[in-house]
Order: sequence, then C-alpha cells, then structure tokens
Amino acid sequence: MMYDWLYNLTGSELLAMFIVSLLPLFVFILPFALLAVLAERKVSAHMQDRLGPMRTGYHGILQTVADIIKLLQKEDLVPTATDKMLFNLAPLLTFVGSYAAFAVIPFSGFFIGTKIDLGIIFIVGITGLVVAGILMAGWASNNKYSLLGAMRSAAQIISYEIPTLLIILTIVMMTGTLSLYDLSEMQTAYFWNWLILGGPAIGIQKILLIPLMMMGCLIIYTSTLAEVNRTPFDIPEAESELVSGYHTEYSGMKFAMFFLAEYANMFAVSAIVAIMFFGGYQSPFGYLGNTLGWNWLVPIEQFSWFTAKGVFFVLVQMWLRWTLPRFRVDQLMAFCWKYLIPFSFVILLLVGLISLM
Amino acid sequence: MRDYIYNFWQGLYTILVGMKVTLRHVFIPAVTIQYPSVKPQMPERERNRLYVNMDDCIGCDQCARACPVNCIEIETVKSIPGEDLGTTSNGKKKALWVTTFNIDFAKCCYCQLCVFPCPTECIYMTDVYEFSEFQRESLLYDFVTLLPEERIQKKKNYEELQAKKEAEKIAAAKKAAEEKAAAQANKPAEPKPDNKEENKQ
Amino acid sequence: MALKTEEMVLNMGPQHPSTHGVLRLELQLDGEIIKDVVPHIGYLHRCFEKHCEAMTYPQVIPYTDRMDYLASMYNEFGYAVAMERLLKIEVPERVEYIRVIMGELQRIASHLVAIGTYGADIGAFTPFLFCFRDRERILHLFEITCGARLLYNYIWIGGLSHDLHPDFIRLTKEFIKDFRPNVIELNELLSYNRIFIERTANVGVLPLETAINYGVSGPNLRASGMKWDLRKDDPYSVYHKFDYDIPVGKGDKGKVGDCWDRYYVRVLEMEESLKIIEQAIEQIPEGDIASAIPKRIKPPEGQIYTRVENPRGELGYFIISDGSLNPARVKVRAPSFVTMQVFPELCKGFMVADVVAILGSVDIVLGEIDR
Repeated sequence: MMYDWLYNLTGSELLAMFIVSLLPLFVFILPFALLAVLAERKVSAHMQDRLGPMRTGYHGILQTVADIIKLLQKEDLVPTATDKMLFNLAPLLTFVGSYAAFAVIPFSGFFIGTKIDLGIIFIVGITGLVVAGILMAGWASNNKYSLLGAMRSAAQIISYEIPTLLIILTIVMMTGTLSLYDLSEMQTAYFWNWLILGGPAIGIQKILLIPLMMMGCLIIYTSTLAEVNRTPFDIPEAESELVSGYHTEYSGMKFAMFFLAEYANMFAVSAIVAIMFFGGYQSPFGYLGNTLGWNWLVPIEQFSWFTAKGVFFVLVQMWLRWTLPRFRVDQLMAFCWKYLIPFSFVILLLVGLISLM
Repeated sequence: MRDYIYNFWQGLYTILVGMKVTLRHVFIPAVTIQYPSVKPQMPERERNRLYVNMDDCIGCDQCARACPVNCIEIETVKSIPGEDLGTTSNGKKKALWVTTFNIDFAKCCYCQLCVFPCPTECIYMTDVYEFSEFQRESLLYDFVTLLPEERIQKKKNYEELQAKKEAEKIAAAKKAAEEKAAAQANKPAEPKPDNKEENKQ
Repeated sequence: MALKTEEMVLNMGPQHPSTHGVLRLELQLDGEIIKDVVPHIGYLHRCFEKHCEAMTYPQVIPYTDRMDYLASMYNEFGYAVAMERLLKIEVPERVEYIRVIMGELQRIASHLVAIGTYGADIGAFTPFLFCFRDRERILHLFEITCGARLLYNYIWIGGLSHDLHPDFIRLTKEFIKDFRPNVIELNELLSYNRIFIERTANVGVLPLETAINYGVSGPNLRASGMKWDLRKDDPYSVYHKFDYDIPVGKGDKGKVGDCWDRYYVRVLEMEESLKIIEQAIEQIPEGDIASAIPKRIKPPEGQIYTRVENPRGELGYFIISDGSLNPARVKVRAPSFVTMQVFPELCKGFMVADVVAILGSVDIVLGEIDR
C-alpha cells in the first residue's frame, strides 16, 4: 500500500506515517472544500437563471480564495458574557470530527489512511464529535437564538444516526465485514457486482435484493443529509428564522472552520454512500490500465472514479438544497421516527431473511 | 395505513418533479447582465437626474411651485430697461435675470411634476443615474450660468434702478406738492361746501 | 414537587430577515408553543396624512405611491377615483382601460413578490428568483410607459401623465404568453411540493367569522371561503365590462383558511388578472388621455370615502376638502393595518417556526401599516 511504498522510498517509518496521514487532508480535502463552496454558488446560480461569481478569476474560480483571505483578516469577535474556553473549542471539535473521518476512507486500491477492521464504526463514532461541537457553540454564544439552533441540531443529528446505523448494519450483515477497504474490494469486476444491484450474491437472491438495496440507499442518503445539516434539514442554520443558528456569533477564521467542516462532511457522507452501494473506487467497466498492461495506471483510475462518484453525490445534495423548502422541527422528527426507522427495520429483516436463503 | 403509504409516495413524487424543474433551469441561459461592464438600455421616457437649460428659462417659478418636496429654489431679478436678455427657443422674450436656480438632488423624489408646467420645456429629465457623491452638500446643483459677480451686479443694477425711480418719484411728488402750495397761495380762500366735499373724499 | 416552568419572551426584532419590513414581534413562548404575540409597529411612520395637508391635490400623488410601495399603481388609482368622485368629473374611456391594465399588471407584480418571499421564508430559495425574474418584465413594461420602476406618479386626477408607449401592447402580449408556463412551473416547484404543504397546511387557520369580525379583506378573506371582491361587489372604473372569476379558498390541503389557501388564492388571482389584461387589450378604445385633467384642482367643500381592491385588500381613501387648494384631511384605510390586528389570533397555539409562515402568508407591507 501507500505506506509500504513510502517506507521503501524514504526508509523511515515516521516520515511515511506523517505523509500518509497528511496526504488526504492537504491534497484532497482542503482543495475540495474550496472548490465545493464555489461549485455550490455556481450550481445554485445556474439553477436560478443567473451567473454566480464572475469577477474573481476566470468565471469566478478564485472566489473561495478571496473568501478565505477575507475571513482570515477579519476581527475575531468574542462576546464578553460567554464561556471563553467552550467558545474557542467548539469550531475545533466540529472541524476535527468532520476531517477525522477521512482516515479510514479508501481513496483507491493503493491508498487508505489506516487499514483498521472497524472502518464504518469508526466513522460513525468520530462524527459524533460534531454534535458536541455544535452544542458547545450554541451554549457558549450566550444567545437565545443560537441555543435554540444548537438544541435542534443535536436532536436532529442524534435521531438521524439511527436509520444510518440500521442500514449500515444491513450491509454488514449481508457482506460480513466492517472494513471499508474490504467492502470496496468485494465489489470488483463490473457494475453488476455493486451492492446496489445485489452485490456478489447470485441467482434469485440478487433479484430479490435489488429493490431493498435501492430503498436502503435512499434511506441512508436522506439520513446522512440530515446529519450534515443540509436543506431540507437545515433547521440549525435556518437563515430566515434563527439568523444563522449556532454559528451566529462566530466571525473570522472560526466561522471559516464551521463552513469548511460542513463541506468536508458532505463529501465524507457522499463517499460512504458511494463505497457502500456504488462500488467505492471500482470502475463499472474494467480498467484501462489492465487492458493496456500498465499496472501503475490502475490506482490513478480508481482514484478518479472514486472522486467522480463522490462529487456526483455532492452535486445531488446541492441540487436538493436549491429545490426543496425546509422542514419544521417536529415534522423532521416525525419523518425520522415514523417513516425512516420502520422502513429501515423492515429492510434489515428482509435482507437478513434473504441472506439466509 | 393507506394514508401512510400515500404520504410517502406523494412526498417522493413531488420532490422528483421539483428536481426536474430545477435541472431544466441549469441549461437555460442566464437572464442577468454583468452590470458595470454592460449597461442596460434605458427607455426614452425614463426619469433620472434633472437638467435645466438656462438659456430657455424665463424664471416663471412654475417648476418650483409644482415640486412636492420643495427642492427647487429660484430667485429672479427684474432687468433694467434697455438690456437685451435674448429670446427663448420658442420665441418668447425673456424679461427676468435668474440669479439663483438650485436643485437639491438629495431631496428630489424624481416624480417629474416639475417638467410638465414649464412653458419653454427647459427643465427635463436626462438619463444620468450614476451620480453619487461622497458628501451630501455636493448634491446641491446650481444651474445658473451667470458668474457670481454678474449676479451681484444684476441685483445692484436693479436696486439702483429702483432707488433712482424712488428718488424721481419723491422729487416729482415734492415738485407736485410745491406747485400745489404755490397754486393754493395764489387763489383766495374757497367757500366751505368745497371743503366739506374734500373731507368726504 | 411540580416542575417550575417560565414563559420565555422572544423578540423578533425590527431587523430580521423574515419580517417583511421593520416590524417588531414580541413572542411569549412556552417552550416552542406561542402563548401570545404583540406586534409593535411605527418604525416606518412618515407622517403621510399630515404631509398631505400641506400639498396641493396633484402633489399628493407621489406621496400616495410611497405608502404601499409594492403596489403603487393601485394607491394612485384609489386616490384618483376618490378625487374624481369628489370633483364629479368623467374621464375618457381610454384612460379607464389603461388604468385597469396598469392596475392588474401591478397586482401580478405584487403577488409575485408575496409568493417569492413566502417561498424564501419557508426555505425554498429558487422560486424567489423565478418570481423576481418575471416581475422584472412587468417593471420593464412600466418603465417604458412612465419612466419609473417602482414609484410611478402615473395615474393623475382626471387622466394619466403619459399615453401608452407604441411597443407596450406588443410587449404585454409577449409577457402574457411567457408567463402562463411560468405559473405552472411555479406550482410544480413550490405549491404542490409535499414539504411546503406540510409546512403551511392547517397552520394559522382563520375562520370566516373571525375574519369578518375583524374586517379583514382581500385575498385573506377570500381564502377563508367568502367570495367578496370589490371589483365585482362595489365596481369602480370599467371592471364591470370584463369576464373573470374570483378564486376562493376551498381547503384543498387542510382546513379552509389556512396558510396554503391564502398562498394559493394569490397564485390563482394572478391567472385571473392575466385574463382581465387580455380582455382589456382587445377592447381598448382610442382617445386622448389628458383632456379631462383640470387646470387647477379646487374641489367644492365636502368629503368622500372611496374604496378600491388593493392586492392586499380593501384600500380606502377618506378625503375632506374645505374649498381650498390643499386637502383638509386625507385618511387612508390600509388593509395591512387591519390584517395585523388579526395576526395574534392566528398565531396562538402554534410554534415559533410557524410565526414566520403565518406572517408571510398574510402578506403585509409595513409602508402601508405605518404610512
């Protein structure tokens, strides 16, 4: 793997470890977050018959760079009557919770941050830090509106973790592994091995599994949308009711951290959906590198397929944001507990029965 | 139970219909223009900043009276006889010097009520809409074309003329009074009934 | 031991993205449920009525524009109708037809703002921009006629300030042709969307009895089930010559008189206005638009009250004249002011998020409330 390759290259364990852990962060996620902010603005603009940022760079490419420079040079306001330690710690926790999930996501067959056996459970656990960060932000802002927003957000995230976990359990039950790397390796060859089309099962099992898997994909996509606080579930950031919710009182770089953490989180959950249902980094048609005999091309292709799938799901998330209105808090909870959870249980049951066949 | 399934299905269906609408709009070209580089075409009747052509202004004060916010300030001075102020473009002969014609664009509400009463159509709305200033006082526009000394000069001329007329009037009145006194002294005393009539008058 | 709870007072202050203008709402909450709402108005008071006493009658018209700035043509229309009844002058037919066309176009523009901003409050940002794109075309029509986009000074006492531009009829026909599919698209995107219906149905129900008792009029009253429209029930100008329907709320998605009904009545009214405009363009006669404008307006002593159908309800003008060039008193009965009175009734028992939905559905304009 990448770690071994770097160890052979440099001869030092520490350096290899260092580079491997920093690589996804700096080479991929931060540039992705910058581009995702721009993409959101351009996509929303074109959906609304307008053009979006056009002046910074060619057609606005450097807009996010301009935004980051602006946020860096802003005054860092801390309201006086707040709990200073919690106020300063909250964006950090949110940022860390979002970015740490990338440690176990396999970007290609060659590169994965750490190859532990508990990939999915690690992600679910570490994104729980985000809840703590949001609650701290809401409480420490000393602002009724922020507190309301944070409470709602905490309730929302905790409730929507349940359908997520149930669907993950379904996949685990079907495939027998928790590691994301093994899950991706299991979906090799062509696209009819992808889990959304039944996975490596054969015969009647596969046909029966297809509708259940599609339903499961829809459920997990919706509940992870709620986990990252995107419309239609963006009550915590509802601009028209709570004036930005839990990050009202933040300015400058701390606000930038909340902002970037949201986009990184979006990619993380899209990546999870892609890995679990759509084959991860596997190509649907076979590899050009394999046919031509150039083995070094295969990881690059896998990386580009993975990125393409992740970006596609991120674009669908943006598309949903600019189409749908927002749920009210009690309707959000009702949707989770009365619709998603019963469906997830039914899917769990049925998939279990089918896997026994 | 049927309601439950129906709700779920309807939710999904309407969301997909909405998404189709938004997707279609991604491929429709934008309806906006990039403003400072491309400026929109202004229609011919539009109402932006006023302009006064002082050559045509006869100082009739109609526009100042029509303005609902009193943003036009006009002061005029009568001309002395023998001065030729010229004629306006539709043939009227001007008789007043306009010494003050201030329009305060911070007050103007761009309602166009001043344009209609003008008999010579010298005040009209142009197509200039980008005239912001950094200080409020710079929005007080002065349209008079006379130099400040000339304005003072015209006023002085008029005042001198008035003073001269006053002096002449006083001199004439004094002369008339003197003549009357002289005529009175020459005539004998008049009978009483005439006095009574004069008293009545 | 019983748990001690307190009511929380939340202030949706004058500066808030969702109150349509500068309105301060003091909400008394019990958790998330609203116990009482106290609206505080007056932040936009500009002494319109006192100001009119110092102006001559034609000079009042730019001031009436600025009351309900989203429906300026109708304010001028109401004032002109009131003054013409006071002065007992008859205006030419062409003037009446043009006034109706402008009024109905203004009604569509005002409803587009109401619908767009309502969607934006609920969270759907895209219909807002679609509505404003259509409104731009209407404002362009107004701009080529009288020169201004928002505050027109166009409908004068006894006539109009300019005649129609030569391109006006052609551009209006193109607009109508392009607008009908846009309404269908708006319905697909917003009106029938399940999430939007969940947010607005059965929320803020206004029973018909309450509406009539408080004096509510316009689309809010029609959504509660009553077919009352001043254009048909107390006709003024040439509205009796057109064939159009009055949409009424039927409780399609919830109770009669809820927010969805109020919103949907406005969407249907836009379609009816399109019908009126089409008929007016067919029937418009030739004529002179300035022949009946009096030189000096000095009405005899007396008073008059006239009412017209504003996009927001019944707009009434009460003018007292004492025989001089300036009016002695101009009093305006603003429909949004009356609607604000019924607002606390609508909100009791619902949640904080619903306050925003209810406020958007009653469609108030602070310029009219405060004058």
